[in-house]
Amino acid sequence: MTQATTSGSRTADVCLVGGGLVGMAIALGLQRHGLKVAVLDEGDIALRASRGNFGLVWVQGKGDTLPEYAQITRRSARLWPDLARRLRETTGIDVQLEQRGGLYLCLTEEELQARTRMLTRMRDAAGGDYPFETLDLAQVRDYFPDIGDEVAGATWCPEDGHLNPLLLLRALTEHFRAQGGVIDNGGRVQDIDRQGEAFRITTPAGVWSCAKLVLAAGLGNRELAPQVGLSAPVFPNRGQVLIAERVHHFLDYPTGHVRQTGEGTVQIGDSKEDVGFDSGTTTDVMAQIAHRAVRLFPLLRDVKMVRAWGALRVMTPDGYPIYEASRECPGAYLVTCHSGVTLGALHEGPLADWIARDETDLPLEVFHAQRFSL
Amino acid sequence: MPNVSAFERLPCRPQAKVTVFVEDDPVEMQAHDSAAAAVLAAGLLPSRTTPADESPRAPYCLMGVCFECLVEIDGTPNQQGCMIAVRDGMRIRRQCGARDMHGEGPHGDA
Repeated sequence: MTQATTSGSRTADVCLVGGGLVGMAIALGLQRHGLKVAVLDEGDIALRASRGNFGLVWVQGKGDTLPEYAQITRRSARLWPDLARRLRETTGIDVQLEQRGGLYLCLTEEELQARTRMLTRMRDAAGGDYPFETLDLAQVRDYFPDIGDEVAGATWCPEDGHLNPLLLLRALTEHFRAQGGVIDNGGRVQDIDRQGEAFRITTPAGVWSCAKLVLAAGLGNRELAPQVGLSAPVFPNRGQVLIAERVHHFLDYPTGHVRQTGEGTVQIGDSKEDVGFDSGTTTDVMAQIAHRAVRLFPLLRDVKMVRAWGALRVMTPDGYPIYEASRECPGAYLVTCHSGVTLGALHEGPLADWIARDETDLPLEVFHAQRFSL
Repeated sequence: MPNVSAFERLPCRPQAKVTVFVEDDPVEMQAHDSAAAAVLAAGLLPSRTTPADESPRAPYCLMGVCFECLVEIDGTPNQQGCMIAVRDGMRIRRQCGARDMHGEGPHGDA
């Protein structure tokens, strides 16, 4: 690829705005194509959704109204073992990937039936190829001997899993740097200008020139996308998460609301709150989250909380990603989603391949932002 | 017990004395001391091992942040020793690895 050369600027084949899980996964994938990649990261004043992640590699129920989303979710889940292996071999970091299945626990029979209906519809939409089971309380006990008596049952999907999102971010970043990638934490991108075949990107620390530009800035994409003829109608949705002390291993599988890390930490989620850009925590929501967790697993009632945080999901109006190449500014790409962990292997693999080669077998046409203006 | 602690008490206004037991050995403390101070005074090293790799640890920040001072106090595991004042007769034990939630006496579920 020809390198953009503009005097006084630093150059790369591809500049990628946003150093979170989405951006770093794509950056690594672009390096596989021999491209010189620079990641422009806002710095630690950024909203940092990737630091607040719950860590599920989750399949069941994703894409219930969009079969293509279910497809790419499952494709990413299948790609995960290979990416985790490569990261372990290159960085020595074990991201603690486990994909032995997961359970979504339901406290009422109505909720369990509604989930079963939803997953049955998804199985029909997938032509029968969508593995799940509905479990009653006695069956759930086979998976979790410590399950609470109030639980009605669970839906089980053998393709679900989890990993440690902080270790993942570190592994992606270390591998990217080890291969010569540059992460510029010089501050928020102020301006994107197209000059001929090149993009000229201004940050407080200087100017970058590049032939291709990928916007992976989470909620920041909203402001950036219009500068390259794209639209990113994303808004924040807060999730609060509780962290409990480390305890002996008692959960062999992740659930939608409670998971245990490799070190024994219990992570308990979550909430879905429309509170603007406030990433704080609130006592009432933390109490609700804790109360539900204790109903699911009564032995948690004496376990001490050691931390809690709020983080902002990057949501679109329908909850699905935007993957789009700009027609107005060829070479500019927009990527936004709220499942940076689950979709991480897809982003490092076929999605990065699409950006590098401008061809793909991914069903990207359904992920255009134009769907919101129809 | 042989006191191998390198910690010496600074001159201060005398307080009521209490006796706590660190791994069954009596240690005389002052009423305002913390359980972590008792661990240090007794020279209990290590006072815990980590759940991640069983590496040996001892009280460090003494202000509730680092969680290195985790001990079992009166049968309750994973207590932050630096945030809990001593009581007469308190029994302090090492916290080895992660807490086991099963079969923990009055509050356990087993």
